[in-house]
Amino acid sequence: MSTLDLVAVTKRYGDIVAVDDATLSVPPGSFVCLLGPSGCGKTTLLRIIAGLESASSGEVKFEGERIDATPVHRRDFGMVFQSLALFPHLSVRENIAYPLKIRGRGKAEREKRVAELLDLVRLPGVADRPITQLSGGQRQRVAIARALSVSPKLFLLDEPLSALDAKLREAMQVELRQLQERLGITTIVVTHDQREAMTMADAIVVMEGGRILQMDRPIDVYRKPASPFVADFLGQTNCLVAKPGKGGAEIAGGTIPGLQLGAGRREAEISVRPEDVVIRPAGDAPIPATVEFVRDMGSAVEIYLSTEAGRMIAQRASGHDALAVGDEVSLSIAPDAVVVFSEGVAR
Amino acid sequence: MSAPARTNASGQAALAFPAVMLAAFFVVPFGLMIAVSFFSREQGGFYTPVLTTANYQRFLSWFFADILLFSVGLSALVSAVCLTIGAPFTYLLSRLPRRSQVPWLVAMMAVLSLSEVIIGFAWSTLLSRTAGLSNLFVAIGLMDGPEAWSPSFTAVLCGMVYQAFPYSILVLYPAFSRLDPSLSEAARTLGASPVRAFFNVIVPSLRNALVATFIIVFVFALGAYLLPQLLGRPQHWTLSVLITDQAVYQSNMPFAAAMAVFLVASSLILVLLSTMFGGRREAK
Amino acid sequence: MMEKLFTRLFFGLVALFLATPLVVIAGVSINEKQSLTFPPEGFSLGWYAQIFTDEGWRSALFTSVLIALGAASLAVLIALPIGYALWRKTTVFGRIVQLLGVSPFVLPPVITALGALSFWATIGSYGAWYTVVISHAVFFTSLPLVTISLGFSTIDREVTEAASTMGADNRQILTTIVLPMIAPYIISGFAFAFVLSLNEYIVAYMTVGFTQVTVPIKIFNALRYGYTPTMASISVLFVAVAVVVFGLVARFGDLPRLLGAWSDGGQK
Repeated sequence: MSTLDLVAVTKRYGDIVAVDDATLSVPPGSFVCLLGPSGCGKTTLLRIIAGLESASSGEVKFEGERIDATPVHRRDFGMVFQSLALFPHLSVRENIAYPLKIRGRGKAEREKRVAELLDLVRLPGVADRPITQLSGGQRQRVAIARALSVSPKLFLLDEPLSALDAKLREAMQVELRQLQERLGITTIVVTHDQREAMTMADAIVVMEGGRILQMDRPIDVYRKPASPFVADFLGQTNCLVAKPGKGGAEIAGGTIPGLQLGAGRREAEISVRPEDVVIRPAGDAPIPATVEFVRDMGSAVEIYLSTEAGRMIAQRASGHDALAVGDEVSLSIAPDAVVVFSEGVAR
Repeated sequence: MSAPARTNASGQAALAFPAVMLAAFFVVPFGLMIAVSFFSREQGGFYTPVLTTANYQRFLSWFFADILLFSVGLSALVSAVCLTIGAPFTYLLSRLPRRSQVPWLVAMMAVLSLSEVIIGFAWSTLLSRTAGLSNLFVAIGLMDGPEAWSPSFTAVLCGMVYQAFPYSILVLYPAFSRLDPSLSEAARTLGASPVRAFFNVIVPSLRNALVATFIIVFVFALGAYLLPQLLGRPQHWTLSVLITDQAVYQSNMPFAAAMAVFLVASSLILVLLSTMFGGRREAK
Repeated sequence: MMEKLFTRLFFGLVALFLATPLVVIAGVSINEKQSLTFPPEGFSLGWYAQIFTDEGWRSALFTSVLIALGAASLAVLIALPIGYALWRKTTVFGRIVQLLGVSPFVLPPVITALGALSFWATIGSYGAWYTVVISHAVFFTSLPLVTISLGFSTIDREVTEAASTMGADNRQILTTIVLPMIAPYIISGFAFAFVLSLNEYIVAYMTVGFTQVTVPIKIFNALRYGYTPTMASISVLFVAVAVVVFGLVARFGDLPRLLGAWSDGGQK
């Protein structure tokens, strides 16, 4: 049985549909990321799960039972907010002990639990400091510890790392995932950062315009995106229009031998990841191209290419022969690296 | 019912007590005062509810027109003086580090909260013959003998500026302290002197706030009810003083009320004008 | 350099203007004899003792403090629900009540005084002690209203939401989060209303002028009917009270912020 189920959840604000017919099921102990651009409805969906908003229609079930009517403070979920929402008038200790105090737990128990949690988030020795004297990373940990202090049934995080600088954010992603694995707690995180989602999640839920586009393991969302939007949102991709041709498929100014678009389709949208675009000397491969720009990032090199089908990006490990702007090359694409979208071509 | 809807309902219920208090002890008294302004005077009592417009007719005379004109002129002068000194002062104050601003703000609050009675007493003492400033000038040889400088128009003006100055600072303070410091820095990097930067950049960008402040301080000065009486001669009395005089010493409530209604009407028009200039934010 | 000198001079002149009248009455208050002279002749703190030993002054001070405590408390009780309701949800009705709360302070004080006089005289309570408490409270509601509204605006909505996800119901959120967070603003609002009520003359005079004597009324009477140095010493005491109260507000709160500066403006 899954821990959390959403059935056809819809949220309207007047004429605006923030969440549109979202159906989702979260298995116990899993780490799910709601991923999408800002305004896609992911935060609203999380707030509906938390009980901070009520759905206009649809069902929210926890362990098989409907909880739509259960008020927030009776749900026993832990939540970390984007602003962290630490209580500025309380010390670190009082912040973490707050949920315990509300539940009437004794002082000894509270003290013990605060010490455990500070250990868990690796923040020893700050218990008596006021919140205002902590660094961004420390606050982050306090917010996480506070949300976990009563061992919640569900752990919700709304863009929890967005206030941190890039380096600290990456470190916290790993730490958060390790923490979740250790506790085995079912977790849902809202984020707009695909790297963050790829790092932490068991499953990624991609949303756009209030709708859930795809829910899959991270590698599957990356390798088998359900739509051009998903392909484009997760990492870089080359989106092309292909038609059936002799022995494969044709794109403007070139071919992809061996690619089948599906029976009876006259054209289809396809996606090829940059790392699957292979660069060869001019004339050696079926797609001619000119080097437009070379972006050397040390560990890898991205090459921007102009082709008749438009700009394409290829990526390869550094150490190959250097390419220069203006070089004539040719490209080959293996058919099994191509994702063919089933929907029609958007014009 | 959902949780958010329930909390909204309880939030609005909280308004009941303040609404009743303000309606009963501000709106009703205010309405009653307007009503009384149309009632007849009763010797030895307050009023009898017999409708009349006599109170307003009496007001429409040269004597009162004179007083009104004097009140308006005096208040405008006070406001102008406060703004002329207050605007550059507030500007310089808001450029100080916060820590250094605090003692000044405390001083401003303290002076602003002082009773008009105390301000009147302090200034009448300061300008008196026996204990005043002139004694100091005699001591250092600037004058031959001590003089009484109060009551006089200057004394009234000094006292009222003293009272209104902190008020004007506190009204100007939010606008000035929220002003982007890079504004004058930009002007300075373009070669303007500090004084020119102040007049060419700061003043125009706060024009609305300054106009609004002028009107607010003007209304504040119009409300001074004791200083013209304590520091001036009868010809320096303002409308507020006259209202107090009629209500308390002449026991003519209806006439005092009629003048008060007139004062409110003119103040309100001015406050509305000031909000039209918009530079004012909610805080103060 | 010139610029700094100019600023110093300007600030010095303003300070001189603000301080001189107070210095003079401070000087007068330590005169040995009962005469209005400055510079003071001799030195005596007797006139300060007089505030507490003289029956008339002592009871005036007592009356004033009681009225101010009552009025400031009531003003906070009126302002707090307005700030709370508007923080919860901005409604037209809430805005109207807020406007009513601010109006008395913006209008000339004579108006409030005269309105109070008409009202209390009409319902027959003229001169009763509570009339001045209520009228002062209504008159000064705008001060706690401004500070408390500011206090509420500092509470991020996510903070109360966080408390609710942690199991707190509305009442617990109010008592453990909201009230503690706005407490400093309630105290400053109370302090402002207290000091202003202490100093207020005209409303007090028109409501209880014939039955009670407050300190400003007593100073005014002394001013008209006969000088006594005690009026100087008690004025100095009032200045000191104002400085101490606002100094405390500044010490424990962010005074520039309370008076309308942005929270982050050049804070060092």
